[in-house]
Amino acid sequence: MKTRFFNAIAATFVLLLLTSMLLGLTLESNGTELVIQVAEGTRLSWIISGAVIVFLFQFFRNEISQGWQNTRSSMGNAVPTSISEKVKTTSQLSGLKTTALCFLVAGLMIWPFFASRGSVDLATLTLIYIMLGLGLNIVVGLAGLLDLGYVGFYAVGAYSYALLNMYFGIDFWTGLLAGGLLAAFFGFILGFPVLRLRGDYLAIVTLGFGEIIRILLNNLTDLTGGPNGISQIPKPDLFGLEFSRRAKEEGNVPFHEFFGIDYSSGYKVIFLYLVALLLVIATVFVINRLLRMPIGRAWEALREDDIACQSLGLNKTAVKLSAFTIGAAFAGFAGTFFAARQGFISPESFTFIESAIILAIVVLGGMGSQIGTVLAAIIMTLLPEFAREFNEYRMLMFGLMMVFMMGWRPQGLLPMKRPHIEVERKPQGVVSMQSDNLTTSGNQLVREV
Amino acid sequence: MPESAYYFIQQLLNGLTVGSTYALIAIGYSLVYGIIGMINFAHGEIYMIGSYVAFIVMAGLAMIGIDSVTLMLLGAFLVSIIITSTYGWSIERIAYRPLRGGNRLIPLISAIGMSIFLQNYVRLAQGSKDIAMPSLITGGWTIGPADGFSATLSYMQVLIFVVTFISMTALTLFISRSRMGRACRACAEDQGMTNLLGINTNGIIALTFVLGAALAAVAGVLLGMYYGVINPYIGFMAGLKAFTAAVLGGIGSIPGAVLGGLILGITEAFTAGYFSTEYKDVVAFSLLVLILLFKPTGLLGKPEVEKV
Repeated sequence: MKTRFFNAIAATFVLLLLTSMLLGLTLESNGTELVIQVAEGTRLSWIISGAVIVFLFQFFRNEISQGWQNTRSSMGNAVPTSISEKVKTTSQLSGLKTTALCFLVAGLMIWPFFASRGSVDLATLTLIYIMLGLGLNIVVGLAGLLDLGYVGFYAVGAYSYALLNMYFGIDFWTGLLAGGLLAAFFGFILGFPVLRLRGDYLAIVTLGFGEIIRILLNNLTDLTGGPNGISQIPKPDLFGLEFSRRAKEEGNVPFHEFFGIDYSSGYKVIFLYLVALLLVIATVFVINRLLRMPIGRAWEALREDDIACQSLGLNKTAVKLSAFTIGAAFAGFAGTFFAARQGFISPESFTFIESAIILAIVVLGGMGSQIGTVLAAIIMTLLPEFAREFNEYRMLMFGLMMVFMMGWRPQGLLPMKRPHIEVERKPQGVVSMQSDNLTTSGNQLVREV
Repeated sequence: MPESAYYFIQQLLNGLTVGSTYALIAIGYSLVYGIIGMINFAHGEIYMIGSYVAFIVMAGLAMIGIDSVTLMLLGAFLVSIIITSTYGWSIERIAYRPLRGGNRLIPLISAIGMSIFLQNYVRLAQGSKDIAMPSLITGGWTIGPADGFSATLSYMQVLIFVVTFISMTALTLFISRSRMGRACRACAEDQGMTNLLGINTNGIIALTFVLGAALAAVAGVLLGMYYGVINPYIGFMAGLKAFTAAVLGGIGSIPGAVLGGLILGITEAFTAGYFSTEYKDVVAFSLLVLILLFKPTGLLGKPEVEKV
């Protein structure tokens, strides 16, 4: 009881140390002088309520964790079924899945014609993030390479379309190809030296690369326009039909004149959405195929144990490099589309924060899981839109979420599942012991016996 | 001496100043890496928090009428070391300890999350504006011609050298002479064995986070005063630079971190002085990539053997 009390007091004291200075006092510039002010009442009440919560939590910690475990064990009692039944349901489910998927895609195609312009625009943005998330998912989720400079390839894709269009006048579809290829090339060139490194080195070096690309874009003013960026990047066209009121190039017919309908700017938004949807579907399809190929299995095998992979004769560098290059290519596609949609790009759009958001999408969705990534991308882009006041706290929440997801569910909300059937195991009598919490598992042991 | 020689000396002095603070932050990376073999990604934010706490303390002391520079410095160092140590300890407890022993990617991601969280926490609590403070210590020694370019060694720079030297000596003595330092070295050698011999390895790991945080706070106070301007985003760059320094010298090695910090600082100063300020950061990262390519163990590091 006494130690419990002291623990709780210590935890509360730590919390007060953490918050009192930075949250309780604010620095203000008063002319040339620097002064501090005590924060307003709401903040102080936050600190105090936080302290009370921490104190109570620490004090009743054992009871809370015990209650938590009880509810968990009472919930997790599944009805055992025979293996043949399971095989049946699994195959039935996969048939159902295909039908559902077809309906979903059809619905997604038709939906924008009845929706408002703003929501279609938002959906397009979401699709870009889905594409980025899926691409990074190959690198981080499947191959287990932590790439913190992913936004660099996104920038390469965007800038290569913008620049090629500015200097050589290529159209969107060629630009898409060029952007993807160039980003893949960059991924290959950058990956070649750094992929020999261990996980944490790789993270920092890729982070450095992302920053180098941004700094170069910012400073090569003659080529890229520097911080002013590039504007008037043309939107995609449909087999040469433009979506503007009048054709920009001689001899081109705008979309509405060709079909003999009235001009509406909504067509352009819907068309952009459809292009994005097409790109996302293509991405999902390609990645799905890759996963079933030997290369996809090699990625995952390498993530799980690289020494075992090497002893089985897999070329570690080649496998990693392929993941890095393909991931970069998808970022390039997304970047090209982003440039075309915005019509304007500047280095501001490609900061580390962007990389962090994409990483947060992958982490939240479940590393390796495609459907999880898609859902996470939707959550991450829609949530700030629906709660504007939440926008200020967005990055704070993302950071916190990354910490808690790793502690609570490192496999993500919807972890990837290979098609498989689990055979019921006999309940284990012995609780595995970890050196960290010998005493608690000892207690558990006594309780369960 | 020609003017260019004075220019050279000035760049060298500037480089050594910044380099020695990089070294202080880099030691934090090296200490943690040496023991748990992982990068403390949130270390740069600790440095930033150290700067903020120092500014708050100094502004507070000035407001209640304490003008003595010595007292202000002492207060700033003391309070910011205490606060950042608490942060370092909490980071270990929240983002590293629960995740130890699993996939290496997992603690790394949680540390990145921690870094984003801390940066935005300070941004929301203190505002994202630059905060400037008039310099407390002014003046210096000047050598060179009165009419042309002359090299200046400011008192602030002297303070940075002295404090860096003292903290590094203290750390070296602590690691090599004290009981706890010996436990730290043992832990770096073989954690399981150390645990069997009755040393609380969890405590030692927490201790390295605290030590690293304390050194980052010292760097934060010094660099904050040297530049005179802070914002919530300074930790990101400083962390990257210090990591580069740690890798350059050989991560896990304390003399290596110092050497790496100084080399990086000098390289940066010369790039800024002779080439262009914009490419200063590019040079730092390129140095990192080159080192990792040609000598991944760094200048003074030991080669690491991966075992099954």
